[in-house]
Amino acid sequence: MTTSTSPAAAAVDPEAYLQVRDLKVQFPTEDGLVRAVDGVTFSVRRGQTLGIVGESGSGKSVTSMSILGLHNPARTKITGEISIGGKNIVGMKEEQIQRLRGKDVAMIFQDPLSALHPYYKVGAQIAEAYKVHHPSASKKEAATRAVDMLGRVGIPQPQRRANQYPHEFSGGMRQRAMIAMALVNDPALLIADEPTTALDVTVQAQILELLEDLQREFHSAIIMITHDLGVVSQVADDVLVMYGGRPVETGTVEQIMKRPQHPYTWGLLASVPSLHGDASVDLVPIKGNPPSLINLPTGCAFNPRCRYAGQNGNRSFSEVPELRPAGEPGHNVACHMSFETRQRLYAEDIAHAGVAQ
Amino acid sequence: MLRFLIKRLLLASTTLVAISIVTFLLFFAVPSSPAWVMCGRNCSPERIAQVEKSLGLDQPLPVQYTEFVKGIFVGRTIDDAGTLRECDAPCLGYSFRSKEPVTDTISRSLPVTVSIVVGAMVVFLTVGIGLGMLAALKKGTVFDRAAIGASVGFASTQTYTLGGVLLLVFVYSTGLLPNPHYTPITQDPLDWAAGMLLPWITLGLINSALYARLSRAQMIETLQEDFVRTARAKGLPARVVTRRHALRAAITPIVTIAGVDLGGYLGGVVITESVFSLNGIGREAADAVADLNLPLVMATVLLAAFFIVTMNIIVDMLYAVIDPRVRLG
Repeated sequence: MTTSTSPAAAAVDPEAYLQVRDLKVQFPTEDGLVRAVDGVTFSVRRGQTLGIVGESGSGKSVTSMSILGLHNPARTKITGEISIGGKNIVGMKEEQIQRLRGKDVAMIFQDPLSALHPYYKVGAQIAEAYKVHHPSASKKEAATRAVDMLGRVGIPQPQRRANQYPHEFSGGMRQRAMIAMALVNDPALLIADEPTTALDVTVQAQILELLEDLQREFHSAIIMITHDLGVVSQVADDVLVMYGGRPVETGTVEQIMKRPQHPYTWGLLASVPSLHGDASVDLVPIKGNPPSLINLPTGCAFNPRCRYAGQNGNRSFSEVPELRPAGEPGHNVACHMSFETRQRLYAEDIAHAGVAQ
Repeated sequence: MLRFLIKRLLLASTTLVAISIVTFLLFFAVPSSPAWVMCGRNCSPERIAQVEKSLGLDQPLPVQYTEFVKGIFVGRTIDDAGTLRECDAPCLGYSFRSKEPVTDTISRSLPVTVSIVVGAMVVFLTVGIGLGMLAALKKGTVFDRAAIGASVGFASTQTYTLGGVLLLVFVYSTGLLPNPHYTPITQDPLDWAAGMLLPWITLGLINSALYARLSRAQMIETLQEDFVRTARAKGLPARVVTRRHALRAAITPIVTIAGVDLGGYLGGVVITESVFSLNGIGREAADAVADLNLPLVMATVLLAAFFIVTMNIIVDMLYAVIDPRVRLG
């Protein structure tokens, strides 16, 4: 990512496979308009991994669902641009998006047990994903391909495993099967929505390694959606931190983890235990709850939870901060505080606690 | 699987024995005697005693019950006012009202009930599940509201109301349909269907309401499931997602209820049979109770219980066939 003069500051790499510009996703409900995503811009090249970080309700999953065009158009208002391999899918017909789904863009979901159909054999589910985009393939070819994929994601005895149901798999094996299903059509973009959240910590690392290996092999772009900064630091090249449906900080993984600029990012980092920090320092949770997306706080959406709100007079409460260059190239932050203030506060309050790495 | 079957069959037989004993006892708790009913109003006590003796009613209850059970398995000889009649196994007793073995009454009336129930079931499963699924897919639209409104309307209609109206319109005023009657399907399938059409529609529509609401709720819930989202994320067409992925999962609990309902209805649909003057098993049972016709009451109660118990076993086994996560044991 490079700096630019576009309103959202985060620039779109014109070479990138996925380019999202000023994406807004809104759901009209009886209680009011839910602004689930309110102007987010990012891009991912093939072979690169973008981590999208945020709490529940920050808009990260809604963003990923809109890249797959999975929102019900009757109940969702989407504006902006989502360009996949040069094709803008915003406003595209369902039949056309269908041809992209699972083929150019595939997705791995959080809980593989509920994301796989309980009544169909694992092999059959993978074969189905292959067959829908390869209508000329025979049943046998699709089945062979499914077994092949199971083997490639490290499932022992794939032939036998393909004939089993998801409930006969362990959690880690299920997620591997899910990955096999997502990769069966060699997608150029893989979206992983909290792929390790439902797994044991020991299995998490294996799955992340597997994703990295497969990325090298298939040269796909990956979007890793997570609230876990440990995951981000392990796999991401670039990071997008979201809060209340808006991007609050973007940059390379190095910039976000080592030189974070936004108080929300600080909060995320300080609430995760670190092996490198001072062991006697308590973890600092971010006080309060994520905001209601129907009724966002005025000004900076983070102001009710930010302990530095009000540093610049009334601006935190009246003016929505735009994403602006944060010093280094590619590093952008949406915060009213000046660069110097942020540097000082970070050094005084945050750095000594250490950050998750 | 075998273990499950043996266990369930044992449980089922125990249930049936218990039901038969309770029915037997209940019957003798009634302050009336079949002998009085049979004998008529001006019967001398001597005559009543004679009838009671011929019916075996003078024997202690356990003896009478054993005799009944023996009849089912090996047959028995029954004394009908002096005439001895052989009643072969499975002997459910002898009806002194209609002067025939109970098994004859049953084999005459059961096909009627089966015809009504099976046809009605086809109606309420297709209409009910069809409407419910469509309503779920078009949730919140006019169609959804109309379908659910109509189903509430049918659910709150009684069989005798809807049946009466249909009879009035299609039989008495327009003559479009013949009076409901039973012709064995083997004899004339068309006439069988024509005679059964109104009961099918009546029982079918009234029951479809429950199935419409149930399948709508099930489908809406299933459409929210992660695996449906996965199916869409694979790029499957909406039609495939709905049928192969959502419907398949949504239908499971409905199969259970349909199976148990079928078991219940096969034991007799008294009101439907009465409204359309069809001599099904339900009507026979109701008449038998009014007549204190113990052998027939016992037989119909046991038969109804048998259907329910059997359907429950079948449903549980079906469940295991539909859902691979279910293990029988």
